Amino acid sequence: MITLEGLTKSYKMGKENLVVLKGLNLQVNKGELVAIMGASGSGKTTLLNIVGCLDRPTTGKYYFEDKEVSRLKSSDLARIRGQKIGFIFQTFNLLSRISALGNVELGMTYAGGVNRQRAIEALTKVGLGKRIHHLPLELSGGEQQRVAIARAIVKDPSLFLADEPTGQLDSKSGEEVISILLSLNAEQGTTLVMVTHDASIAHRCKRIIHLKDGEIIGEENI
Amino acid sequence: MRKLLGIFGSVWGGVITHKLRSFLTMLGIVIGVGAVIVLMGVGKGTTESVVSRLSNLGANTLFISPGATQSSGGVRTAFGSANTLTLEDAEAISTDVSNVEAVAPSSSTTVQAIVGVQNMRATVLGVTPSYQPVYNVQMSEGSFISADDYSADAQIAVIGSTVATDLFPSTDPLGQQIRAGNYILTVTGVMQTSGQSISGSTDNDIITPLSTLQLLGGQQLTADGDHVVRTIGIEETDVKDATQVTNDITTLLLQRHNISDPTKADFTITSVEALLASVTSVSNQMTLLLGAIAAISLLVGGIGVMNIMLVSVLERTREIGIRKALGAQESDIWLQFLIEAAFLTFTGGIIGVGLGLGAAYVVNRLNLFTTIVTPDVIILAVSVSIGIGLFFGFYPAWNASRLDPIKALRSE
Repeated sequence: MITLEGLTKSYKMGKENLVVLKGLNLQVNKGELVAIMGASGSGKTTLLNIVGCLDRPTTGKYYFEDKEVSRLKSSDLARIRGQKIGFIFQTFNLLSRISALGNVELGMTYAGGVNRQRAIEALTKVGLGKRIHHLPLELSGGEQQRVAIARAIVKDPSLFLADEPTGQLDSKSGEEVISILLSLNAEQGTTLVMVTHDASIAHRCKRIIHLKDGEIIGEENI
Repeated sequence: MRKLLGIFGSVWGGVITHKLRSFLTMLGIVIGVGAVIVLMGVGKGTTESVVSRLSNLGANTLFISPGATQSSGGVRTAFGSANTLTLEDAEAISTDVSNVEAVAPSSSTTVQAIVGVQNMRATVLGVTPSYQPVYNVQMSEGSFISADDYSADAQIAVIGSTVATDLFPSTDPLGQQIRAGNYILTVTGVMQTSGQSISGSTDNDIITPLSTLQLLGGQQLTADGDHVVRTIGIEETDVKDATQVTNDITTLLLQRHNISDPTKADFTITSVEALLASVTSVSNQMTLLLGAIAAISLLVGGIGVMNIMLVSVLERTREIGIRKALGAQESDIWLQFLIEAAFLTFTGGIIGVGLGLGAAYVVNRLNLFTTIVTPDVIILAVSVSIGIGLFFGFYPAWNASRLDPIKALRSE
C-alpha cells in the first residue's frame, strides 16, 4: 500500500536548510493499523502530509498502491487525496458555516459526487444520525471529530490518515473517536496510519513506529 | 455536472454567510449598471426626440433663408432678416430647377386676433398650398388651403391647436370668424398639435393664403416690386437629389440676385438631411460620453469587487486548505471564487437594471429628460457586469487556487 524509499524532506529557512525527514524507509501493507509516535518536531506530521499527498518529498521515492506518486502533478495528487485518502485532523477542520451533513457532503464533492443518502448513513455510523443538521459549533469536540470521520469514511477511501485525532479531546470523547477508528480497521480492513502522542492509544495499534529527529529509531509489533 | 452543482452550492454558501459584505460588493455594480442604463437612456431619448422633430419634416426638405451664414470680409447680413427672397424666386425655382417636388414660400406678420371677448397675439403665416406637403402639416379637422383658395385670395384661416383652444374655448372653430387686424378670416381648418420643431411650432399660427396676407398689408415689396417672403421650403423628389437641387438653386438665385461671387450669396440653403446627420452625430457622441462616465463608475465597482474577493480569499484560507485536503483541484477552487465574483456582479447587474429602469421612468415622468432604454443597453449592461466579475475575480481566484494546502490548513 505504502512504500517509502530514502524519503527526505527539507525546507529552506532563510539561508539555513532545515532537514525534517532524513531518509526514511518504510513499508505499510494493506489493512495494517500503524501508529507513529515521536516528540514534537520529530517529523511525524510532515511524514503524514507526504503520505497523504498533501506535500512532496524533497528526495526519495514514495509508492502509493504500487505507483510512484512523489513527482506527480498537483492535480493528480489532488485526485488521489479526493478518492483514496481520508484525513482526520487534530483540529477537525470542519467548515463552521455549514451543517454536519454539509461537511460530509463536502467530502463527496471532490470524490465523485454528492449522495445525500450515503452522507446520512455515514453520520449514523459514527452515532450522529440525529444531529446531522447541527453546525459544528453546536457540537462537542468529540462530535465534531466524528463528523470529520464521517466525512472521511463516506468516500470509502483505501487509506485513513489521522493526525493526533484525540489531541484536543477529553479522554471520554477521545475513546469514542479511537474506538470508531479502530473498528473501521477491524471490521472493514481499512488501512489506518495514525500519529499520536498517547502511548496507550498507540499500543492498541498492531505496529508502532518511533520517529526522532526525522529518522525512524525503532519499531514495535504488538 | 454534479461537481459543478457542488461548486454552485459552495458559492451560494459563501455569499449567504457574508450577506452584508456581499450586498456592499454588489452595490458598486448596482450603481454602475443603474447609471449606465439611466444615462444611456437619457442620451438615446434626447437623440430620438431631436431626430423625430427633424424627421417630421422629411429628410428630403431644404430651406432657403435670406441672408448669408458666412461673411467674406464684407458686412455680414443678419441671418433671416434681410429682404432678399421673393415669391418670384420661389416661382423661378419651381419652373427652372428639376427634381423639385414642391416649393413653399411663406411670409408672416404678427397681429392681434380677436373672437368675441377672446383675443390673443398670433402669427399670421401666409403660405401657398404646397406648404402642407413640404412642412408635413397634419389636419385635425377641416382642410388646408387649396389652390382655388389661393388664387381667389380667399379670406380663410387654418389655425393651430393653441389658437383654436384660446380663441374658441367652448365652440367648434370651423366656420367661425376671426378678426385679424382689419380683416375677417373664416376658419376652414384646424391643425394637429405639432409641438416644437426645427421650423418652429405651428400651434400658435393662423395660416392664410400668401395672396391674402398681401391684402392684410403684412408683405413688403422689393425695389423691383417683387414680393418679399421670409422662407422658401423645398421638397425634393428624392433625398439623393439634394446636392443637385442645392447647386441648381444656388446658381439660379445668384443669377436672379445679380451676384457673381458665390461667397457673397444673400441667402442660405439648409438641408434637413445635413441637419439630421450633424444632430445625430453630436447626439450620439453625447450618449457615448454619458455612457463612458457611467462606465467609469462601473469600473470603480469592479475594483471594489476585486478588493472584496481578495479579502474573502484571505479570510477563507483555511477553508481552501480543507477543500484541497479533501481533494479539490486547483480548478475547483479557482472556479468557485470566479463564479462567486461573477454571481455577485451578475446579481448586482440585475438589480442595477431594475434600479436604472425605475430611475429612467421617474426622470421621464418628471419631464426632466426623455429617456429611452433599449433592450440592447440592458443586455450590454448585464453582460458587462458579468464580465467585470470574471475579470476582477480572476486574480483573487487564481490566488486562492495556488495556495499551498498545508500552509492554508495551518492558518487561523
